[in-house]
Amino acid sequence: MTEDAVAESGSREPVMRVEGITKSFGAVKVLRGVDLHLEAGEVLGVVGANGAGKSTLVKIITGYEVPDGGQMYLDGKPVQLRSVQDARSHGIETVFQDLALVDQLSVYHNLFLNREMTTGGRLRFLNNRRMRDDARRYLHDIQVDIPSVDVPVEKLSGGQRQAIAVARATRRDDVKILLLDEPLAAMGAREAKLIIDLVQSLAKKRGVSMVVIDHNYTHIFELCDRVNVVEQGRVVLDKRTKDTSLAELTEFMVSSYRQQIEEDSA
Amino acid sequence: MRGKFWQSRLLQGQELVIALIGVALAIFFGVYSSAFSSVSNLSTLSSYVAPIMIVGIAEVFVLTLGEIDLSVGEVYVLSPFLVVYLKDAGLGVVAGTIVTLLICAAIGCINGLITVHLGVPSFITTLGTVFALQGIVLLSSNGIQINPAGAGTIANVLGGWTYSSILWALAIAVLGYVIFRRTTFGLHITAVGGNQTASGESGIKVGAVKVWCFVLCSLLGGFVGLLDGYRIGSLNPGTDGLVLMFYGVAAAVIGGTALTGGRGTMIGAAIGAIVLGVLEDGFNIIGINAFAYQLVLGLAILGAMVLNVQLELVRSGKGGGVYGSFARLVLRSRRAGRRPQEQGSS
Ligand SMILES: Nc1ncnc2c1ncn2[C@@H]1O[C@H](COP(=O)(O)OP(=O)(O)OP(=O)(O)O)[C@@H](O)[C@H]1O
Ligand SMILES: [Mg+2]
Repeated sequence: MTEDAVAESGSREPVMRVEGITKSFGAVKVLRGVDLHLEAGEVLGVVGANGAGKSTLVKIITGYEVPDGGQMYLDGKPVQLRSVQDARSHGIETVFQDLALVDQLSVYHNLFLNREMTTGGRLRFLNNRRMRDDARRYLHDIQVDIPSVDVPVEKLSGGQRQAIAVARATRRDDVKILLLDEPLAAMGAREAKLIIDLVQSLAKKRGVSMVVIDHNYTHIFELCDRVNVVEQGRVVLDKRTKDTSLAELTEFMVSSYRQQIEEDSA
Repeated sequence: MRGKFWQSRLLQGQELVIALIGVALAIFFGVYSSAFSSVSNLSTLSSYVAPIMIVGIAEVFVLTLGEIDLSVGEVYVLSPFLVVYLKDAGLGVVAGTIVTLLICAAIGCINGLITVHLGVPSFITTLGTVFALQGIVLLSSNGIQINPAGAGTIANVLGGWTYSSILWALAIAVLGYVIFRRTTFGLHITAVGGNQTASGESGIKVGAVKVWCFVLCSLLGGFVGLLDGYRIGSLNPGTDGLVLMFYGVAAAVIGGTALTGGRGTMIGAAIGAIVLGVLEDGFNIIGINAFAYQLVLGLAILGAMVLNVQLELVRSGKGGGVYGSFARLVLRSRRAGRRPQEQGSS
């Protein structure tokens, strides 16, 4: 799969590229011209301080927010995403930082939210049995441990909820680009390992390209081929993980943080 | 399979409690007065229950979103007048009825669009609609009582025949249940009411779901207006639509629908309507003083709602208080049959 993908894209166009993305909420300029690209089969880490604009960028790439300016390219072709559905049809899946789960709904309804299996054609009757069986099988396959797919997600622990959100984004076979906004934030070591394994196997076996946002640099170095640093709405550093180190990245973040404080006080 | 059982048991919980209260009330009134269990009272009871049931079903659509439609009762008052006006304008009764229902749906659409796109809370939007519709009815009728437009078959089908209203109500309850629990649209109503952001992030068209719910609510309000017009046989422009609206909301809430959104039950609303109908009819029959009747009815509704809220609190592990203890007892007795690992979290 990976080799095919590489062979096909002989020109080596990045699967996804954004150029000069800007976004403001009212008077607040959150993104000030983000340039970022994602190669086929690559895992890209994105780090940056709280409020740097990482989640906003993810929401734009997944069609949930519309950028004020800039252009997005998929496989080299310019696209304008109008909705989350639109992004999904391009094979883009997302684990949002807030997980996007509905507490009152069962695990399996959450897994299939807005992609329900239905019968009755246009009437769209829920095929609950199929969804329940599928959910159970898939969660079992990826070793996510929950009491039952029928419990409302409000009854699950933080880590379990996170696992459900990741499972939802990875369930589809034709996912091409996976955006993970702090997928490991609430996870214990064992569960985190599980998700890391899942993510790595998706990247290796199915050639899925990924963007991973994480404040834990150890995770970044474990998972990612490349890392980008976002600062005040711009990408300020772009390095292969093998060309840098935990110490260097930490030093970079700390020094730029210092610089920022000096600028602010000046 | 096991899980399905678990879930359905929980949901039926609130519905079951209110159903038991209904049965207890019916037995009480039946024992107290033989008139209550007479056949002729069945038609009276039906006429109490039917409109509340339909409006209750209508409100579940919007309440589950965390919204409310205060104007459904005014749509109820307006709709039979519209058929008359359209007939006067030269339209047949059948065509007039269809156009009327479309107008009622359009009123709901306006409620929904204002709420969704202008960001006005639905409580305020629909309160505005209440006054606007009251004005329209009074102005257009000059405050004079008139007769409904149709006669014969159409009148009989649409509420004229003794049991037609209750049959419509039951059919609408079943339809409401199917839409709400068995279709994608129904699932999305609960999703939007439970977590609007998450629904949006999942690609659900939140605004469209909301507008459709307001449309359905208003449409049902208009329909029940037609039924009651033909049943009563005259149209009174002074009818206070708010009373029926509040009965509908009460039926929905005592049946287990959360005013805060994210949880609704059509079966609960239907049973809630029956309970309210039984209370009203029963109090009438045993001849309680009209003032006392209001007081007792109010307390009964309050009690049922408190129990409902407490049941939910206890179930989610936050419950306390006197009612909480009772609710806990109810839950425990129902839980007795379940397997250990299913009892877990509450
Ligand atoms: N819908 C919104 N309306 C107004 N402001 C917003 C909105 N979404 C984000 N912001 C603002 O944009 C800025 C960037 O937010 P964003 O969530 O993208 O940061 P982040 O880099 O993901 O931070 P964190 O690491 O804390 O998740 C913040 O200052 C935030 O307050
Ligand atoms: Mg974020």
